Order: sequence, then structure tokens, then C-alpha cells
Amino acid sequence: MKTLLAGTSAAALALAGLAATTTTFVSSGAAQADGHGVTACLITKTDTNPFFVKMREGATAAAEELGITLNSYAGQVDGDHETQVAAIETCIADGASGILLTASDTSSIVSAVEQAREAGLLVIALDTPLEPIDAADATFATDNFEAGRLIGAWAAATMGDDAANARIAMLDLAVSQPSVGVLRDQGFLTGFGIDVGDPSRWGDETDERIVGNSVTQGNEEGGRRAMEELLALDPMVNVVYTINEPAAAGAYEALRAIGRENDVLIVSVDGGCPGVQNVEDGVIGATSQQYPLLMASLGIQAIAQFADDGTVPQPSDGLEFFNTGVALVTAAPVDGVESIDVAEGLNLCWG
Amino acid sequence: MSAHDDYESSLSGADGSVAEFEQRQGFLPKLQHALHVTPALVPLVVLVSAIIVFGLLLGQRFFSPFTLTLILQQVQIVGIVAAAQSLVILTAGIDLSVGAIMVLSSVVMGQFTFRYGLPPEVAVLCGLACGALMGFINGVLVARMKLPPFIVTLGMWQIVLATNFLYSANETIRSQDIEEFAPILQFFGQRFNIGGAVFTYGVIFMIALVLVLAYALRHTSWGRHVYAVGDDPEAAGLAGVNVSRTLISVYVLSGLICAFAGWALIGRIGSVSPTSGQFANIESITAVVIGGISLFGGRGSIMGAFFGALIVGVFTLGLRLAGADAQWTFLLIGVLIIAAVAVDQWIRKVSG
Repeated sequence: MKTLLAGTSAAALALAGLAATTTTFVSSGAAQADGHGVTACLITKTDTNPFFVKMREGATAAAEELGITLNSYAGQVDGDHETQVAAIETCIADGASGILLTASDTSSIVSAVEQAREAGLLVIALDTPLEPIDAADATFATDNFEAGRLIGAWAAATMGDDAANARIAMLDLAVSQPSVGVLRDQGFLTGFGIDVGDPSRWGDETDERIVGNSVTQGNEEGGRRAMEELLALDPMVNVVYTINEPAAAGAYEALRAIGRENDVLIVSVDGGCPGVQNVEDGVIGATSQQYPLLMASLGIQAIAQFADDGTVPQPSDGLEFFNTGVALVTAAPVDGVESIDVAEGLNLCWG
Repeated sequence: MSAHDDYESSLSGADGSVAEFEQRQGFLPKLQHALHVTPALVPLVVLVSAIIVFGLLLGQRFFSPFTLTLILQQVQIVGIVAAAQSLVILTAGIDLSVGAIMVLSSVVMGQFTFRYGLPPEVAVLCGLACGALMGFINGVLVARMKLPPFIVTLGMWQIVLATNFLYSANETIRSQDIEEFAPILQFFGQRFNIGGAVFTYGVIFMIALVLVLAYALRHTSWGRHVYAVGDDPEAAGLAGVNVSRTLISVYVLSGLICAFAGWALIGRIGSVSPTSGQFANIESITAVVIGGISLFGGRGSIMGAFFGALIVGVFTLGLRLAGADAQWTFLLIGVLIIAAVAVDQWIRKVSG
């Protein structure tokens, strides 16, 4: 596990150009000396999604390396807000130094987070920014807008002149429009060259190339159903944006059912191993890969640093959060959009 | 005998007719009687009207063989699970673990093939056995330990779901791998076309299952026992029905049907995904309730549950094509649930 962590972190660091220029992290040696007696909490949305499983692996490995006690908590299902609040309260009572949190309900959790910060804990939002984003001491996340922009730009460049007549199906996350889904959706449209209207919500676009938005809950079943709905609206869809790779796999099944799987471009976000394999097999044209392991290990290092000398991590230049990197994985690279090949994507994939 | 001793003489003035059922006239009592005899009538009427209304609103886009058979494909999983749920609810029970059993069974089919290298046919049988076993555990706890079905299946739901995630490590088995090495897992996803209509084996299975169960419930002694146990287990026991064996058979069959649903699920989504079917229990109960099966047991027909599932499918796709916000679907389905139970209560007041 440690070697995998080290390998992945190093590769991801090199790859995404995150040479720690924006944030200074303590070297692991220094933290190791003072790490004993420090407790950190990791609170994820669920412990069933491979993304969070990987996140916990990253945090566990980093905590072991630094001699930190790590307590992990998770909601039962995505959206389980109460369990997360109870977990924060437990961490405060436990005297933890810091909390790494992927919030299910990004605005309601804020009062519990404030309570923790008043009690002197460092709260770092992982992956999902809180609303407002500065409710947490720091946010370590994938730049989801950039992740969307990359696949949008790739799709537009791949289509060339045909992009002007594209028929685009938007397979989003949920009707409640959680920020991660909105950012990826609006990033994709921006990258494709479509006016997004209000960037804080999807579905208000007026561009006629968009066939419609449908929600998937981020799984295969939802992806298939949502794709079928949009195909019923317009069977000639030729570009499909999907919130994540399971939704993309479901959409592919729906397209295959009507024999159109080969003339539709599917793009997605995540970079999980099955998803990258689907890029290799031509199911998904391109996907933006994110790095949960790195996110969590950097988070643990930041808590160790905070416990040591009170340093609060700073955001990346020009962003409100610390960018843990994103890379486009595709077997068909295009000019003007930086990408990595499938072999490298498989090397770095999670879950 | 003196005249004042003739006590019997007053009898001649009494009403000579024997006790008889009250004959109520008018449209409402007749309707009530019709519904009591054929409980699937209400959902059928709702279903047909919904199809007509959406057909008028959306025209060809909705009223085409392609769209109408698409609805069948979309409801096949819920439809199959609702058949299992119906059996349990007819015995005045409820099964909250149906979705979890379905997903675990599909995971067993996938993992036994890809992790242990078993022939896919054997893995499918193992998956089906797994579903039946989960149902058997439910049944024994309900029938022999006399625990309330709600509690038993609430517990089993958590246990089976956790087992599913622990065992599968939440790994998805990709559609492409299944297609290459174990196509039988996707058996229920195979399609054939009749005109513009698209049918999958899963859809055919769902319809066949409903017909077979409808026949078995109405025309076999087992079926009559299921109704009798649901209506009044004590009376059924006194009449010679082996109540606990009937209950266990229902839960085992329910588990087995859920395992078939898990197999059909692989066909539907292509892959084996441990996160699917999270809401299958609620969706199946919704279909059953809208279908007019009484939650108090002993009354309703499995055709009703099938119509209930179709109603949800028609509303979902119809409203989507009409461009309505997805929340309207949930709102309308909520209204339907309450309306269906209100009708059920009204039918129950058969003695007026």
C-alpha cells in the first residue's frame, strides 16, 4: 500500500505539475517526530463508493507514515447528513486536531463545522467544497470545472467543424444540483464553446445544440434510464456528457440497445479503473481523471503540520481551493488539449 | 290449555323471513363490489387513462411502439421485484430486503464467475441459490421465531447490503468483460424487435412471471393458502393450513424471484454494479400499493402490482417527455399512493 501511495503521489505530482509551489507542506520526517498523540478524523459521504474507499486508503497510509491516529466515519448513503454531523461531534469530543470532510450536504453541515473550528480543530473539505467555501479552513479538491472544461474542449476538437451541429445529451448527477455536478456540467459546456448562462446552475442554457438534461444519481442504472429519456426526445444525439463513468457505462448500454454506440462521443469525469478501461475499449472517448488518494494524503499531512505549528494550508494561485490536479485520459489526443494516454491513466486510476 | 297460557300465539305476529345479506342498490355499492372482486381494476383504469392522456399530449413521441416498449424495459426490474413483494404483502408481511437480495445475488453471479473462475452457468445457479437462502432466513425468522416481518427484513436489508459491499469491495464488473467471458449473465438483456417495438428477454420474463404467479395464486391450493394466511393466520391454521410452511415458502420464493431480478439487472445495465438497486424496496412497495394490494394482507392481485409498476413507468417517462421537472413525477406518485390506499380502505368497508 505504501509503495502504491508513494508511486501514485509522485507520479500524480509530476504529472499535474503540482510541485508544491503554492503550498508548503512539512516533510514527512519532521511531522513524524511530532505526530504521536495527534488524532485526525476522516468523514466521507459513504464507505462504499470506490472513490471514498481510495480516499480512506490514502489517509490511512499517510496517517500510519506520520504516526497519527486516524478515525474514519462515513454516512450510510450519499446524502446521509445526520451521520456526518454526529461524526463531527464525536471528533470534537475525541480531542482530534483536524477533520477531513467530504460533505453530503454542503450548506447544512456548516454550523457543525463552525463548532469544530471554534473548538480549535482544523477542518479541511476534501473533494467537495462547502457552501460558502470559506466555511472550512481549507479545501483540497479536484478542479471540477477544469475537469469538465477538458472533456468539453476535447469533444469539440474531436468533432471539428461538426461541433456546430452537435446534438448534446447532458447526463447530470441529481435534481438538487450539487456543486460538483454543476461545475463539471458548466465546465464541459464552456470547453465545448457553449454559453452557460448562470454558471451556478445547469439547465438554464438556451443553445439549441443541447437536447436536454437528465439526472443519473451517478450510477449505471440511472445512466441508462437518463440516456433512454434523452434518446426519446432526440434519437440523433451524438455527444454525451456524463457526470461520472458508471453513468457513462449505463448510457453506453442504452445507445447500444438502439445500435448507435459507434457514432456517439461519450465523455466523462472520474478516472476510476473500470472507467479508464472503458476509455481503452472505446466506450468512453475521454475522461478527466482525479486523484482521491493524493487528496487524502495531502490532507493528513496538513493536519500533522497544523498540530505541529498551527500552519493553515493555503489555496492554489487564482483558486479558492488547493487544486489536487486533474488530467485528461484519452486514446485519441487532440491538438490544444493536454492529455495522458490510457496506459498512464490505468497506472494512476483508483477503485 | 287455557287461552292465557298460549305463549306461542304471539309468534304468528313475528317477521317470518330468515336472516339475509343486505342488498344495497345504486352505482357506488356496485362499483365497490366490483372492486372487491377484481382489485386490479383501479390500477388498470389509471394505467389506461394515463397512456391515453400522455398519448394525446405528446402524440407520436409517446404513442409509438418504441416508447411504449421502452417503458416495459424501464420497469422490468421493479416489476419483477414487485412480484416478489406482492407475495409477501399478500401474507400481511412486508419485505424491505428485496433490493439488497437482488443486488447481492447479481454480485454473487458476477464474482463467482470472475473471482473464482466458475463456469458462468454454475455462478448463475449459485446466485439464484443465494437469493433463495436469504429468503429462507427471512421466512424462518418470521414464521418460526414469530418476529414481525418489518423488523426481520429491516435487519436483513442492512445485513445483506453490508455483505454485498464487504464481499464485492464495491468493484464494478464491466459490461465488456461480461460480454466476452460470461455472456449468459447478460441473457435477460438480449433484444428482439417486432416492428418498432423492442422487447428484451427480461421483459418477457417479467410478464411470464406475473402470469404464472397470477395463475398459481388463484388456482392452486398453495395460492389459496397464501391468501388465507394473509387474511387470518389463526383461522387458516384451524382450517388445516400449515401456516409456517406456507410463510416460509413465500419468503423463499420471494428471495428466488429477487435473485432473478438481479440476473435481469445485469442484462439491463450491462455490468455488475454493487451500488445499483438502492431504492428497489421502496419502488416495489410503491408499485404494490398503487396496484391495489392491501398492506393488511389477504387481498389484491399480482396483476395489480404489475399495473402499479407500469403506472410509475408511464408517469416517469411521460412527464419527462412533456418536459416537466422530475420532482413532479415524485409528487404525482405520492398522490397516487395515498389515493390507492384510500380506495383500499373504502373497499374494505364492504359491509357498509
